[in-house]
Amino acid sequence: MINAADVIALLPILLISATAGVVMLSIAFRRSHVLAAGLTLAGLAGAFISIFPALPFAPRQITSLLLVDRFALFYIGLIIASAAVVAMISYDYFEHQDIHHGELYLLLLLATLGCAVLVASTHFVSFLLGLEILSVSLYALIAYLKDRDQGLEAGIKYLILASASAAFLLFGMALIYAAAGTMEFSRIREISSGSGDLVLLGAGVVLTVTGIGFKLGVVPFHLWTPDVYEGAPAPVAAFVATTSKTAVVALLLRYFGLSSVLQYRGVFVVFAIIAIASMCAGNLLALEQRNVKRILAYSSIAHFGYILVAFLAGDAMATEAVSFYLVAYTATLLAAFGVVTVLSSAKRDADDIEDYRGLFWKRPVLASVLTVALFSLAGIPATMGFVSKFYVLATGAAASSWPLILILAITSVAGLFYYLRVVVALYSAPPARVFTETISISKSGMFNVVALSIVLIWSGIYPTPLLNLVRANMVRANMVRTDPGRTAAVLGDARNGSFVTKPNR
Amino acid sequence: MILVWLIGILLIGGVLASFAGRWSAQLPRWISLIAIGTDFILAVIIWAGSAFHGSRPWLDEVDCNWVPSLGIHFHLALDGLSLLMLILTFLLGIMSVLASWTEIREKVGFFHFNLMWVLSGIAGVFLAMDLFLFYFAWELMLVPMYFLIVIWGHERRVYAAVKFFLFTQCSGLLMLIAILALYFIHHRTTGVYTFEYSELLGTKLGGAELWVMLGFFVAFAVKLPAVPLHTWLPDAHTEAPTAGSIILAGLLLKTGAYGLIRFVVPLFPDAAREFAPIALGLAAIGIVYGAVMAYSQTDLKRLVAYTSVSHLGFVLLGIFSLNQLALQGAVMTMICHGLSTGALFVLVGGLQERLHTRDLGQMGGLWAVVPRLSGAALFFGLASLGLPGLGDFVGEFLVMLGSYRVSIAATVVTCLGVLASTFYALRMVQRAFQGPNAHAWKIPDLNPREAFMMIVMIVGLLWLGFFPQTVLNTSAQALNNLQVQSPVAALWR
Repeated sequence: MINAADVIALLPILLISATAGVVMLSIAFRRSHVLAAGLTLAGLAGAFISIFPALPFAPRQITSLLLVDRFALFYIGLIIASAAVVAMISYDYFEHQDIHHGELYLLLLLATLGCAVLVASTHFVSFLLGLEILSVSLYALIAYLKDRDQGLEAGIKYLILASASAAFLLFGMALIYAAAGTMEFSRIREISSGSGDLVLLGAGVVLTVTGIGFKLGVVPFHLWTPDVYEGAPAPVAAFVATTSKTAVVALLLRYFGLSSVLQYRGVFVVFAIIAIASMCAGNLLALEQRNVKRILAYSSIAHFGYILVAFLAGDAMATEAVSFYLVAYTATLLAAFGVVTVLSSAKRDADDIEDYRGLFWKRPVLASVLTVALFSLAGIPATMGFVSKFYVLATGAAASSWPLILILAITSVAGLFYYLRVVVALYSAPPARVFTETISISKSGMFNVVALSIVLIWSGIYPTPLLNLVRANMVRANMVRTDPGRTAAVLGDARNGSFVTKPNR
Repeated sequence: MILVWLIGILLIGGVLASFAGRWSAQLPRWISLIAIGTDFILAVIIWAGSAFHGSRPWLDEVDCNWVPSLGIHFHLALDGLSLLMLILTFLLGIMSVLASWTEIREKVGFFHFNLMWVLSGIAGVFLAMDLFLFYFAWELMLVPMYFLIVIWGHERRVYAAVKFFLFTQCSGLLMLIAILALYFIHHRTTGVYTFEYSELLGTKLGGAELWVMLGFFVAFAVKLPAVPLHTWLPDAHTEAPTAGSIILAGLLLKTGAYGLIRFVVPLFPDAAREFAPIALGLAAIGIVYGAVMAYSQTDLKRLVAYTSVSHLGFVLLGIFSLNQLALQGAVMTMICHGLSTGALFVLVGGLQERLHTRDLGQMGGLWAVVPRLSGAALFFGLASLGLPGLGDFVGEFLVMLGSYRVSIAATVVTCLGVLASTFYALRMVQRAFQGPNAHAWKIPDLNPREAFMMIVMIVGLLWLGFFPQTVLNTSAQALNNLQVQSPVAALWR
């Protein structure tokens, strides 16, 4: 049964759903871009604020589907914040398009809802529900500018591949259910450590990894990434790159943490191969790109390879490193896509590298923001990206996975090459021909990207507050590989709805 | 606190210069000159007072928590070695501002912003005593240097800048991994997470020591540069604007040598001893190779760039001879090379500004046209070939005295390099300044600003050549302290 405490704990998710409903009704009565955007932002702000009253009730298991703990609330906060940034940079971008504006925000809210459900889910049912809410909204969002051929192509590509991967995911879940007789993450552990059918279970886990890997866009499930990033409107691409992937990584941490399947050599090796392949392919394939959105796409493939390196360490530090990395990555990519969005005109996105040539001498602020974002992606000190990369390397070193971190270091040098290509363009002499097409710089977009770049630099120089925030919110039970006895006790409590965490540092 | 100010003045000055560039092209130059000049005076004042400090390990120190959860401190400390490097940094900083006074006409504000930030990064490298902070400064100095090359460089600037950045980044990441390895091994043996230099000294690394040392060594060898990791250097030095070349040759290369002295040998004494024969070999090869390559260049700036490879070979030789004499020589060579090569780059930059070419074939007979410039070039050419009475001679002589005790073979090869240096230095002077003025050049001689720079560096080199003891005393104090702290004390006698 759901009681008042459960409702308060679920308040962020409930408020996002309610906002979606309100926006839908408002469209029915009055079509107004400002109204829809305003309601969306107000709803997101309300949901964000409602995290604070929910905190005292965490951790709280609500039915067997959702677990609202500090981990989930932390990620919900991150997701809401990034969705709000996307909403804000979307306004001016879509304002000059001859389309219906309201549905955009509706879809955005639904996708955010899907993400929020994902990070709180502890059960295959909520996992699939969240994932499908997210995916279905994304199909429409990616193809939202239906006059652009590339957008339609990207939308359909995403639709087909996402459906296929969802089918794999479902099949994997069925196999696990057949082997374990349960769909709760935490119970899978009992089977995997006991006498269950390990072959079925292993096959099931690998198939679910397919579904997760597709959403993360890691090799070999990465084929959609560049096309979708290129075809989707820039703000939507930003959402796909940050919010949706953040949610799936959080789910991955939870799923593997609770079910502790990473202790199997086979699963570990699969992930290690995926990580290595993503780092190499992402960085190498980006070398030949001349399209900024595609460069960001390939770079994101590589970055999720890095995240997997930390994830594979499988201990408490890994959870922290991955979470910190996601915060840094989200802020960085939102800044980068924010600049692309602000520079885009009504006819096309500013995604060719030539659009950026000499930008520093024309628009120094935007060029500086993009420089900071690119340096953050490259992991240059004094940006948040450096601290997160350092954290990942430290996690790998602590777990003695030297081959992985060596590959990380070497491939990220290749990565530097294509980031520098954009930076070189930014600072080279402006082209002789003058663009007749003038764009009006969006004020809200400017505000967002400048704020993000300040966050990037501030957290790069003084990361302590953010590190502490991440540390305080990472549930220790997400790591069960090292201490089976204590975890079993914790999990027992979890099922009774009184999940207790003991910080051991 | 003065250490924080030394860096802070440069950072703040850089921001001010960047804003001032909007109103006037002259203002950023003066702001930079005042900021770096202030730092220079502060550093000299510290030096003048340093004799009174006696046996304290650090002349000055700042230590506060930065990221406590990871054991990262903001720890700056100054000893004689750091102090000498800082004074060199600020002196060459002033020179590079003066050298770009008329050369840089576009985007002056942003240029001086980058100039001062690269100097602050270098100062950070010389002061950091927390390995994380060291890495932070190490990487941070690259970014403004990259911009200096890529925006204000010559024809092939993009290629050179990217190559420079990739080389240093790749080696830097290897060092980062090595730092992390050291950090975790230290934790495993002592239970303490720390990046603090003095605590990490003496960590028992066992079988991993050689690998961890190699991680550091590669990073420093790329910067130094040691053959075969030097290929970025000729490109970067040649394509950079004059100020960039001065900073690259005079200072960035020294950060590599400083890293070897400060970190590699004290942290990994056993591995360093084991690795020394290879390092000595690389050094000897570098000395000869750099000199031969310098001889065969037709681009004057590239010629000067290759002499750096040769001179820094002496530094590497001195460090890995692992005795006090050679080490003193290495420090001396670092300082003198900064002055003599810096001055040569100023002269080449001045020539290029006047002739619009760096091609030796286009020059000739310039002595009659620009006697003062040519005379200065002859002086620094002689300094570069190691003429007694000038600073470079003292450094190289000490290095060879020390290395002879360790490896006669390497020292003999080194002597060949010294011989070759005579050829390239004299060839440079002959081709550029003597013979007939075939192209009928008519160009102005050194103006007062350039003459002032030349006089400062000439006086500096003469002083270092005749009274090296003042500098040697300061560095000896620091090197002695390094010995006391590190378990290689026995090794360095």
